[in-house]
Amino acid sequence: MDFSLTEEQQLLEDTVRRFVAKDYAFEKRRAILDSAEGWSREVWQQLADLGLLALNVPEEHGGLGGGPVDTMLVMNALGPGLLLEPYLASAVVATALIRDAAHVGQQAALLPEMAAGERIVVLAHEEPGARGRPARVATRAREDGDGHVLDGRKCVVAHAAAADTLIVSARTSGDDDDAQGISLFLVPRPAAGLTLEAYPTLDGTRAAEVHLAGVRVPAAARLGALGAGFAALERAQGIGLAALCAEAVGIMKATLDATVEYLRTRQQFGQPIGRFQALQHRAADMLLHHEQAKSMSTLAALRCTSPDAAERRRALAAAKVTINRAARFIGQQAVQLHGGMGMTDELVVSHWFKRLAAIELLQGDSDTHLQQFIETANAI
Amino acid sequence: MNLDFTDAENAFRAEVRAFVRDKLPPAIRDKVAGGVHLTRDEHLQWQRLLFERGGWSGPGWPKQFGGPGWSAVEQYIFEEECALGGAPRLIPFGIKMVAPVIMAFGNAAQQARFLPKILAAEEWWCQGYSEPGAGSDLASLRTRAVRKGDQYIVSGQKTWNTLGQYADWIFCLVRTDPEAKAQRGISFLLIDMKSPGITVRPIVTLDGAHEVNEIWFEDVAVPVENLVGEENKGWTCAKFLLGHERSNIAGIGIAKRELARLKRIAAAETKRGKPLAEDPLFAARIAEVEIELMALEITNLRVLSAEAENKAPGPEASILKVKGTELQQAISELILQAVGPYALPFAGAAPGPAHAANRAAQYLNLRKLSIYGGSNEIQKNIVAQMILEL
Repeated sequence: MDFSLTEEQQLLEDTVRRFVAKDYAFEKRRAILDSAEGWSREVWQQLADLGLLALNVPEEHGGLGGGPVDTMLVMNALGPGLLLEPYLASAVVATALIRDAAHVGQQAALLPEMAAGERIVVLAHEEPGARGRPARVATRAREDGDGHVLDGRKCVVAHAAAADTLIVSARTSGDDDDAQGISLFLVPRPAAGLTLEAYPTLDGTRAAEVHLAGVRVPAAARLGALGAGFAALERAQGIGLAALCAEAVGIMKATLDATVEYLRTRQQFGQPIGRFQALQHRAADMLLHHEQAKSMSTLAALRCTSPDAAERRRALAAAKVTINRAARFIGQQAVQLHGGMGMTDELVVSHWFKRLAAIELLQGDSDTHLQQFIETANAI
Repeated sequence: MNLDFTDAENAFRAEVRAFVRDKLPPAIRDKVAGGVHLTRDEHLQWQRLLFERGGWSGPGWPKQFGGPGWSAVEQYIFEEECALGGAPRLIPFGIKMVAPVIMAFGNAAQQARFLPKILAAEEWWCQGYSEPGAGSDLASLRTRAVRKGDQYIVSGQKTWNTLGQYADWIFCLVRTDPEAKAQRGISFLLIDMKSPGITVRPIVTLDGAHEVNEIWFEDVAVPVENLVGEENKGWTCAKFLLGHERSNIAGIGIAKRELARLKRIAAAETKRGKPLAEDPLFAARIAEVEIELMALEITNLRVLSAEAENKAPGPEASILKVKGTELQQAISELILQAVGPYALPFAGAAPGPAHAANRAAQYLNLRKLSIYGGSNEIQKNIVAQMILEL
C-alpha cells in the first residue's frame, strides 16, 4: 500500500498546476469560452509542448507511456482550470481506444500526430436513450464492397466539432443492446454524409449531435475485429471514467477551498460567517465528501485497467456513485454558502458548480452505476 | 501508488486470521455473533489468549512495554481480522487509553506497577471523564481533588462510565485548582475502585442493558503517587489520550462483518415471494452502504499511510469517526428493516428466525456511536476548526 507519488509524477502534477495557474486563468478561459470555436488551438499546442498529449501514447509511438495514475494527477490538476479543450476526449479516451483496438499501422499513423497536437480524435458513441449503458448502439454499419456505410445518430458528443477524426461505434450485427456486433470505425472530418449540429453545453464545453447518413468508410478505417469492438470500447470508457472522476475531485477541492476562504472573509453580524457552527458543519461535510471522493477516484485509477472485468466494473461503478454524490453536495453547498455571489456568472464558483453538475450526467448517472454495481456483485 | 498490502502484511493477516479461527472460544464467538453482551470473565479470557500469543492484547504497544511493536498498518489488519473472525472488541480503557498515557507521562514506578497487569488482562480499567455537567464541554468538570499531605481527597460524580462494574481501577480527570479557568487546574488521577467512598450505580440504557454507570466519589483518599504527569497539567494527558485509540476508530472490520450479516439476512428474508436481497429498492440501499464502506476503507488507509510518514494521528481521525459511526449505524438500521416485524419481540423473546434475535437491541445500542468519544458534532467542529481553520 503506497499513496506516495514518484518524483516524475510529482513533477507532472506541478507542471499542470503551474499551467492552470499561469496560462489558464479564469479570465483567459472566459475569452476562450466566448470565442466562436469555444476552445483554443493555441492552448492545445501548449498542452502538446508540455508533453501532456503524449502522456498516454506508448513510447514506441513517441509518447511517454504513462498510465491511469498519471492521468489521474493530470486531470485532478486540470480540473480547477475547467479546461475547454478536448483533453479527456482525445488525449485520454481516444488515445486509450486506439492503443487498445487499432493495429500497429493505424497506431503509427494516428498516435504520433495526436501526441504532437496535430490531430484531435474523439469517440462518438453515446446514442439517445442509452443512459450510460455502454452496449447501446443502434447506429448501423452495412457492408459495401470492402468497406462499410454508416447510418445513425450520436448524441451530445463532447468536442465533436473540434475533432479531425471521429471514432464511431456502429452495429455490424445483433440487436441494439447486444455487446456482440459492435464495430469501431475511423471517420475523417469532413466526410460525405457526416453532419454535425454543434452547441454549447451547460458548463461551456462544446458538443454536437453527430448525424451519419450513408457515410462510406474503407476497410482500412475499421479499428479492431468486425463486431468485436465492445471490449476495447468498454475498457477505454473505463479509463475515461476514472479520468473524469479525477477531474471532478480536482474541482471539488478547489470549490471547497474557495468556499472556506469565503467563510473566513465574509463578515456578517460583526464576524466572519465561518464562525457560525451551522456553516462550519456544512463545510466539514463538504470535506468529508471530498475525502471519500478522493479515495474512490484513487481506486478507480488503480482498477480501471484491471484484467479482472468484474473487479474493474465494480470499482468504477462505486467510484462514479461516490463522485456524483460528492459533486452534487459540494457544488450545491458552495453556491449556497457563497450566498448571492454564488449565483453570479462573475465568480468561478458557479462555473465549477456547473461542470460538477455536468459530470454527474456524463458516462452514466448515479442510478445507472448503482445498478451496475448491484449487477456486478450478483455476477461474482 | 498502489492499494496492495505487502507480502509480509498479507502473511501477518493470515497469521492473525488463523489465530482468531483456532483460539477464539466458540462460546464467545457465538455471543458476539448473536449480539449478546459478554461477561467480565469472557472479555478477560479472550484478552489473556491474545496476551499469551506475544502481547497481542496490546496491539498498539511498543516492544519496550511487552507489546508486539506493530506498525499502524499491522494494527489495522489485526483489528480488522479480529472483527471479521467474530472476536469481541478489546475493551479500550486500559489497553488503548490509560496505558499510552502512562507510557508517555507516567513515571517508572507507575509504568512498572500498572502496565504489565493491563497487558496481561489482570486488571480491568474504566474511564472517569464525563460528568452530569461536563459532556462535550469536558473542561467544565467539577469533581474535586484536594491535596492533604500525601493524599488527594476526591469528591464528585462521574457518569457515562462504561463497564465500571467490572473495573479494578479508574482513571479520572479531576479539578485540583478550582480558581484556574477551564483546562488549567485539571489533573489526571489513577484511583483504585476498591477505595472507600466509591459507589457505582448502574444506568440502564434504552436497549435494556447495563453497560454504563454513574460513579460517586465521597471523600475518596488517593495516594499522591497515583497522579500521572504534573498537577494541574492533566489536560495534556487528556488531549494525548483523545489522539490515541485511533487505529480502529473507523471500525472497518466491524462494518464489514455487519454488512455480511445484513446480506445474509436479506438473502434469507423474502418479499413478494423473492429474496429481499433481490428487491431493487433494498438492493440499492445495501449497495449504497457497501460503496460508502469501500470509500471509507481507502480513506482509512490513506490516513494510516500519512501517519506512517511519522505524522502523529491528527484531526483526520475525526473524519474516520464521523463516517465510520454513521456507516455502522446505517447498517444496523438496514438490518432492522431487513428483519422486519420479528425485530420487535424484545427482552429475550425470540419467536422469529434466529437472525432476528437481539437486532433491535443492537440497533438501539449503536445510537451511542455518534455520541461517545466526542459526539459527531464535536468531530465536525474539530474538522472545521483544525483542518479547515475556520
